[in-house]
Amino acid sequence: MPRRRAVGRNVLRKEGHEKVTGLARYIDDIRFEDVLYVRTIRSSVAAGEIAEVRYNFDRTGFTIVDHRDIPGRNIVALIDEDQPSLAATRVRHVAEPIVLLAHSDRTRLAAAEVAVTYRETTPNFDPERSDVSFKLIAINKGRLDRGMAEADLVVEGEYRAGHQEQLYIEPNGVVAVPENGGVTLYGSLQCPYYVHRALTVLLGLPAEKVRVVQTETGGGFGGKEEYPSMIAGHAALMAMKSGRPAKLIYDRVEDMLATTKRHPAIVRHRTGVKKDGRLTAMEIDVVFDGGAYATLSAVVLSRGMIHASGPYRCDHIRARGRATMTNTPPNGAFRGFGAPQTQFAIEAHMDVIADRLGIDPLRLRERNALRPGDTTATGQKVGKDCSALQVLREAGRRTAFSRKRKAFKGSNRGIGLSLFFHGSGFTGGGEVKLASKASLALTERGVQIRVASTEIGQGTRTMHAQIVADTLGIPYDQVDVSIADTAIVPDSGPTVASRTCMIVGRLLQRCAEDMRTRLGRMTPAAYFKKHGGLVVTKQYEKPPGLEWDDETYRGDAYGSYGWACDVVEVEVDPITYQATPVAFTTVHEIGRAIHPMLAAGQIEGGSSQGLGYALLEEVVMRGGKMANAQLTNYIIPTTLDTPPMTIKILERPYTHGPFGAKGVGEMPIDGPAPAVVNALRHAGIVVSEIPATPEKIMKAKL
Amino acid sequence: MQGTIAGRQLLQPRSLGDAVKMLRDEGPIVPLAGCTDLYVALNFGTLRPTRFLNLWNLDALRGIETRGTALRIGALTTFTEIITSAAIRRRLPMLAAAAREVGGVQIQNRGTIGGNVANASPAGDTLPVLLAADAVVVLRSAAGTRRVPMTAFYTGYRQSVARPDELIVGFEIPALRGRQWFRKVGTRAAQAIAKIVVAGVWDTARADARPRLAMGSVAPTPLRLSQTERALGSGASLAEAQEILQREIAPIDDLRSTAEYRRQVAANLLGQFCSVRR
Amino acid sequence: MRLTVNRKTVTVKAHPLTRLLDVLREECGLTGTKEGCGEGECGACTVLVDGEAVNSCLVPVAQVQGTRITTIEGLGGRHPLQSAFVEHGGAQCGICTPGMIMAAASLGPRPSLDDIRTGLAGNLCRCTGYAAIYRSVQRAGKR
Repeated sequence: MPRRRAVGRNVLRKEGHEKVTGLARYIDDIRFEDVLYVRTIRSSVAAGEIAEVRYNFDRTGFTIVDHRDIPGRNIVALIDEDQPSLAATRVRHVAEPIVLLAHSDRTRLAAAEVAVTYRETTPNFDPERSDVSFKLIAINKGRLDRGMAEADLVVEGEYRAGHQEQLYIEPNGVVAVPENGGVTLYGSLQCPYYVHRALTVLLGLPAEKVRVVQTETGGGFGGKEEYPSMIAGHAALMAMKSGRPAKLIYDRVEDMLATTKRHPAIVRHRTGVKKDGRLTAMEIDVVFDGGAYATLSAVVLSRGMIHASGPYRCDHIRARGRATMTNTPPNGAFRGFGAPQTQFAIEAHMDVIADRLGIDPLRLRERNALRPGDTTATGQKVGKDCSALQVLREAGRRTAFSRKRKAFKGSNRGIGLSLFFHGSGFTGGGEVKLASKASLALTERGVQIRVASTEIGQGTRTMHAQIVADTLGIPYDQVDVSIADTAIVPDSGPTVASRTCMIVGRLLQRCAEDMRTRLGRMTPAAYFKKHGGLVVTKQYEKPPGLEWDDETYRGDAYGSYGWACDVVEVEVDPITYQATPVAFTTVHEIGRAIHPMLAAGQIEGGSSQGLGYALLEEVVMRGGKMANAQLTNYIIPTTLDTPPMTIKILERPYTHGPFGAKGVGEMPIDGPAPAVVNALRHAGIVVSEIPATPEKIMKAKL
Repeated sequence: MQGTIAGRQLLQPRSLGDAVKMLRDEGPIVPLAGCTDLYVALNFGTLRPTRFLNLWNLDALRGIETRGTALRIGALTTFTEIITSAAIRRRLPMLAAAAREVGGVQIQNRGTIGGNVANASPAGDTLPVLLAADAVVVLRSAAGTRRVPMTAFYTGYRQSVARPDELIVGFEIPALRGRQWFRKVGTRAAQAIAKIVVAGVWDTARADARPRLAMGSVAPTPLRLSQTERALGSGASLAEAQEILQREIAPIDDLRSTAEYRRQVAANLLGQFCSVRR
Repeated sequence: MRLTVNRKTVTVKAHPLTRLLDVLREECGLTGTKEGCGEGECGACTVLVDGEAVNSCLVPVAQVQGTRITTIEGLGGRHPLQSAFVEHGGAQCGICTPGMIMAAASLGPRPSLDDIRTGLAGNLCRCTGYAAIYRSVQRAGKR
C-alpha cells in the first residue's frame, strides 16, 4: 500500500495530545526541588541616578543580587552592548531592573520592602525630540527630484501607530539550575542560543558550562525573542549566587510593565503621482521609538524601511529612517518587526492618493503593483514568484470589492483593502552571518530532528517532521523532534523572521536528502540495526545570485517575499462610534502550504492580532510607564470582537524553499490595520493614527 | 500573583443570623460573595482588608420570587441565574440584558447582584438598572432589617449608606410599566468594563408618563437622571433634554475613555432611548 | 476541607482563602489548569464546578467544599473536544487550550456558532483568531 505523503496534508500536530490533556509542561508546571523564588526590584522613575538602595526587612533566608554580583559583564548581550542586566548607577526607564531578591517562602518574598531613592533627571518621552539614535537607515533609488518633477500631483500624509503588547497568554518565566560548575536554564523562549550567548557573557562562563532548554512555550510572537535573555540572566545570577534552583515567573502586570513591545512609529509620506495613478516618486520619513536601550531597534528599523514603500514599482524613492531613544521600557520584536508600522502607513496613504485622484483603490494598486522583473526600493529584482497582482485581483473578486465600494457609499459601512508583502528570513547578509545548522539523527525507529527552532504554537515540530518524512520517504510518525536543548541541538538561529520553514526547513530537507543517499534502499530501522547511529548536519548556504550591500542598503534584501491582500468590511455605530469589523477576507501567497491547516492558523491568528492593532489595543503611557498594565484595561479581541474570516492560500513555489515554501508567520499581521483604516475612510471617517478607537473616530466625525 | 493570603482570615457563618452577629461583634470584616471583584485586588496585592466573611453558602440570600407586586431578588443571585430566570425575563428584562454583558460565562456563574451593588463601582452594569427600576435595597443587621431606596443608597465614590455591620440581603423591585431599555458601551464586544452604561423605562401608553433613566460611568456614583427625566416628561425637545443631561453628568478622563467621549455618547444614547421608547 | 476533583475525593490543607487555581496546581499536582492573568480576564484557569465554568483564579477554595470540580485532566484524554482540538487546529501554543476546552465542555451538546462565540467570550486566545476553535467545537459536537 503506498505511503501517504505528509507535506500538503493536515497531519496531526506532534504535541497536540499533550496540549489538549494538560500533559504539556510549561515552565510553571515543572517542579524543581529546593527552589528559590525570585522577585525583581525595579525602577519607579523614568530617568535618574540611583542614590541609595535600602533593604527594610529581615534578611534571614534571603539571597540578594545586585550589579556587583555579576561575574561576567553586566550587559544583556544582543546587538549593541548598552543594556545592563541590573542597573548599577543610573536608570533610563520605569521598571528597569535594579536588584533581585530570592526566598523559598513566597509570602516573605512578597512582603520584603526595598526602598530605592533616586536623583531624578528630566526624562524624554518624545522620539522626535531625542538626542540619541540607535540606528539611521537611508534607502535611495533613482533621483527623487526627477521623480517629483514628473508628477502631476504631490500627496502628503502623516501616520502614527502606538505600542502593541504581544500578550502571549503564558507570561515570561524561567528556572535556572546551578549544575556542573555552570547553569542550566529552562524556560519559555523562542531562541535558546540567544539566551545561551547572553548567559555566557553575563556569567563569564565558557559555552559548555551553559545549557539552555526550551520548555513548552505558551505563545511568543517576538515577545520571547530577546527578552528571555534578560529574565534568564536574572534567574541565573540568583542560581549561581545561592547555589539553588531559582524560579522567576512574571505575573501579567509585571510582564506588561517591564517587557518589550512593538515600536511606536511616525511615518511621513510625500508622494509624486501621475493623474492616471502611476507613482513617480516616494519620499518617506520614518521615526521608531526604541525605548531606553537599543535591543533590536536597528533590525526592526531595517525591516520597516525595506517594506516602507510597499509592494509597488517606483523608480525614484528616498527613504530615511531612525530609531531613537526615549526613557520608556525598551521596545523589541513583535510579529512583523517594523513592517506592520510602515505598511500601515503606505497602505493608508495609497487610499489618500486614490481619493485625491478619484481612482478606485484597487485600480490604483493594480497600476503600481510589482510585477516579476520589477525592482524594489533596494533594487532587488522580484522573481516569477511575485504574486502582488494575483492576490489583489483574487481578493477583489472574492469580496466583490468594487461593487461594494459603490454600494456602501454614504452608509455606516465601509470596505477597505490593503496590499502587502513580507520578506522571509533575515535581511540581506543576515542568514550568512547566522550560518545556521540543522541535524538529523538516525534512531531505532526512524529519525530525530535536532534544531534550535522552537515550537511556540505555529507548528514547528509538525512542519519540520513533514518535510523530513517526505524527503526521506518514511512515515510522518517515524520522525521525532528533539527538545530544543543546547546540549543536543545545533544553533539553527532564532525562531523569528518567518525563517523556520523556509530556511531551517530547507536545511532539514538537505539533511534528509543526504541521509536518503546514505541509507540507500534501507529503512532507517534496518540501517540502524546494521550500522548503528548516524547524524547528518547541514549548514546554511546562500542561494546563488543573492547580493546585498549593507553600506548602501541596496540589493537583495530577502531571498523571497510572500504577498497578500486583505479586504475588510467595517460597520461604524453612529451612536457609540465603535467600529466593528464584520467581514474579513485575505488572500495570501506563501509559496507552498506544508500543512494547510497550520498555515491557515497563522493567517487567522496574525490577522486577528492585526485587527486588534487597528482598533482595540492601546498602550496608555503616563510618565513613561504603562498605565493600563492589566488584561482588564489592555484590550485584545475576544470571540465577539473577531469577524468571520475567509482565507485563501495561493501557492507559487520559491525555488530555494523546502517544497517551494516561503514564510508565513508574520505577513498576516501587516495587512489588517490599513485595510480597516481604509474601510473607515470609505465610511467617511478619516483617521491616520492607530488604534482607531471610538474616541478617535468620534473626533474624526465631529 | 502578588497578593498573599497569609495573615488573612475567613470567617464561615452557618446562617444569616450568624453572619450578622459576626459583622456586629467581630468587625471589621468584608463580606465575600462571588469574589469576582475582590480577588482581582487580592491577586494584585492591593487588597488591604485582612478579615473576610464567606457568604457563599447562605441560601437565605438566594432566590428570585414575587412577593405581592414586587419582585424580590436575593443578593447572592448570580448573573447566570438572572439571565435564565423566567420571572426576571418577564418582569425585568433590562436586568437580564445587563447580566448578559457583565463578563464572560465564568464571571456570570460566580458574580452576584449583591456583589455588584456592594462593590459600588460607578461602572457597575446592574446599577443603572436598579436605579431606573426604583429598586429597594434590603439590608440586614443584628439589629433588624432596613430598606433603602437604590436612589438613596450611594453617597459618594464607592460609598454607600450601608453600615459596616449591615449586609445586603436582597433587592425588591416594584412592578414596572413600560418599555425597558439597557445599553452598555464597553471597551470591546465582550468581557469589558463599561465606558458608559444606561438603563431606562418609559411607559408611553400613559400621557403623563415620565421616563426613568439612569447612567453609569458618568459620575462618581451611578446616577439617576431625574432632571433629564423631568424635562422629557414635560415635553422638552431632545436637544433641550441633552443640554440638561450635560449638566447632570460629570464624566472624567480615565484609562478607558475620555470625558468628551462620554458626554457625546451620553447625548447620543439619550437620543436612542427617546426613539426606542415607541 | 474536602473537595471532589475529577471524581476523586481530596482533603485539602490549604488556607481557606487560597485560590482554587493554586490548590489544583500545587496541592493536587494538576498543572493542566493555567494562570494567564490572575484577574479573571483570560479564562486560561477555567474549570467546572458542579458543571459550571468558573475562573479558578477568582474562587477561594473554601467556597467549593462539597462541590464536584472537573479539570482538563478529568476529561480522560479521549473526549471528543480533545480529539477535535488536535484534528482541527483548535490548539496552537496550547496555553489557553485547557481552559478553552473546559469552557466548551460546559456549552452543552451541539451548540450553534453564536452559542460558541458567546460561551467562549471569556476565554482569550492569542494564537488562533478563534476560527479553528469554533471548527473544533462544532466538529466535536458532531461525534
